[in-house]
Amino acid sequence: MSDVSQPVAHPPVIDWVNDFDHTDPQWTEDPFPIWEEMRGASPVVHTERFLGCYMPTTYEAVREIANDTEHFSSRRIIVRDVRPEITSRNAAPPITSDPPVHKPAKQLLLPPFTPDAMKKLEPRMRAICNELIDGFIADGKVDAAARYSKYIPVRAIAHMLGIPESDSDLFINWIHMILELGIKDETKLLQAVQEMSAYFGAHIEERKNKPTDDLISYLMNARDREGNPLEDSHVLGSLRLLLIAGIDTTWSAIGSSLWHLAKTPADRERLIAEPALIPTAVEELLRAYSPVTMAREVVKDTTISGCPVKANNMVLLSFPAANRDPKMFPDADKVVIDRRENRHAAFGLGIHRCVGSNLARMEMQVALEEWLKRIPDFRLDPAGTVTWSQGTVRGPRQLPFLLGKAM
Amino acid sequence: MTERLRVHVDPDKCQGHARCKALAPELFELDEFGNAHEAGDGIVPPGLEDKAWLAKSNCPEIAIDVIEE
Repeated sequence: MSDVSQPVAHPPVIDWVNDFDHTDPQWTEDPFPIWEEMRGASPVVHTERFLGCYMPTTYEAVREIANDTEHFSSRRIIVRDVRPEITSRNAAPPITSDPPVHKPAKQLLLPPFTPDAMKKLEPRMRAICNELIDGFIADGKVDAAARYSKYIPVRAIAHMLGIPESDSDLFINWIHMILELGIKDETKLLQAVQEMSAYFGAHIEERKNKPTDDLISYLMNARDREGNPLEDSHVLGSLRLLLIAGIDTTWSAIGSSLWHLAKTPADRERLIAEPALIPTAVEELLRAYSPVTMAREVVKDTTISGCPVKANNMVLLSFPAANRDPKMFPDADKVVIDRRENRHAAFGLGIHRCVGSNLARMEMQVALEEWLKRIPDFRLDPAGTVTWSQGTVRGPRQLPFLLGKAM
Repeated sequence: MTERLRVHVDPDKCQGHARCKALAPELFELDEFGNAHEAGDGIVPPGLEDKAWLAKSNCPEIAIDVIEE
């Protein structure tokens, strides 16, 4: 296929302000000083990499762009080496939609994800967390990313969609191919999209004869404004979106939270003594370790925070960097576990606010509550290495812990 | 006249983050899409003033007004 590019090696970054690259190993390992340096230089920086890309570095610049759908399109939402043609094959409404198409597509997805709907899922989530903990608690050590945080969101989404929780590893592999390998290797991305479409296509066919009480049937029964059922491609796109957006994002958020608590005994002890503080702590952990960076494409020249922005460039819309802006958050680089004022942008700002934010919050809260109840003492295993995912979603992928009190 | 507070959600700004409902469930309600509006006429019963200010200062979209009447 002519639009398939070969993977390209990226030269290491020397000048972060004029030549940034969010796939650079230094960024993956510790992005915070990099963002500070960029923010010190300008509210908007640019790189020639990725065929031209801006990055807003302040909360204000991120908000301006998120709220400006006239100049910034969501048709491409991952900054990559290539800009393949946009087709229904790779669209995932509503995340890849702009007004006026966006609103009806989004409204279809919202009702199953309200806080009340999430409350009904909570008992199943607690059971999942405890089943996972049962699997390793006796070992005295665990890779918490591989054995715990990874499986909580994937099982939650599988449960909601009505697909077997035992297919979890399949989904995790597709997401890795799309969000990480796919930045540089398009064949992997296309392969994953194709496999996902075939998988969900079969589930849709099954439900045509035998409707079920799950999110797949909900989407199949949904009607657009004219009262027509959605096209299969729309249902497929939405299912792809829910799976991709719902899994390694929350996997990352739970993992980063546990990583913080493993190395911060004071915060851990406080949350054990005051479990009612956990929801507030979840917000602060979301702010400090926001996993998700989105993207926009500039479709018309404009100015952001006084900086000219030219069409045909991509924008790396870093909510994580916005959330570390000291102008918006006092002590932005500290985790203040009881921070009272917290307008963080971890779930985005504006019309593309994450559909699954209530699900993610519930999963994080339950995952931390159940973990702290059963494993009040844990720490990083000095014999192991913590590794972080590269690219659009940042979180620990290896998280070796020792469980129990230090001897 | 005693001063009282009233909360108001700007429906054009609200994007359904639902922070207000989590922090001040007595003062806000969500519709079927999860978007917020003030409960009843928005008048803050005595004792809930702190929650009103907390909801306002945690709204990522700056959609909440607390009006002193």
